Amino acid sequence: MGLLLFGVAKDIAGAALVGFPETVTNVAELKQWLYDRYPAMQQLSSLMVAVNREYAADTQIIRAGDEVAVIPPVSGG
Amino acid sequence: MDTLIAIRDTITVQEALDFIQSPECGGEVIFTGTVRNDTRGRGVTKLFYECYEAMALSEMQKIADRVQAQWDVKKLVMLHAIGDKYPGDIAVVIAVASAHRGIAFDACEFTIDTLKETVPIWKKEFFTDGEIGQ
Repeated sequence: MGLLLFGVAKDIAGAALVGFPETVTNVAELKQWLYDRYPAMQQLSSLMVAVNREYAADTQIIRAGDEVAVIPPVSGG
Repeated sequence: MDTLIAIRDTITVQEALDFIQSPECGGEVIFTGTVRNDTRGRGVTKLFYECYEAMALSEMQKIADRVQAQWDVKKLVMLHAIGDKYPGDIAVVIAVASAHRGIAFDACEFTIDTLKETVPIWKKEFFTDGEIGQ
């Protein structure tokens, strides 16, 4: 499945879109996969995941076709 | 409540003021956030703003919904700029109009504070010494 990346998370991954394996079925597993694949993300002060453009709890299930994004600490304004 | 929400390369105070002016409102509050030329004592040459646009617009609408639920605000504008912004450039404009000023001040402060916490927009800082920060 595809994962959108923004801000510093995009810089760490070196891409705005990466694929993640189908064995990842919820947000907590996705975060763990990210931390394993991109250890620098463990240094971020927070790492949120959005599913279908909504902030998602760790327990949220990820289904095929969902729009999934990594949201590092926001800094607008 | 009438709402104008936008994320664009260029935003202006005038478009916000034009939107909120109304004969039923006696208090208009406008907050502008501009690019500062230093961060914690380090010189800044420019900022680069990017966003997750669809979600950012959705989160901005949620803030508008909370404002509408909490205060008797008649007009609300939330504008955010993206792309390269240089010291003095406007990065964000919040404009609120209500019958009286107290509500407008409170709603404006809530809107910018919440925007900075929840809306997926990111800035990258370019320093005069050549370093880049997030």
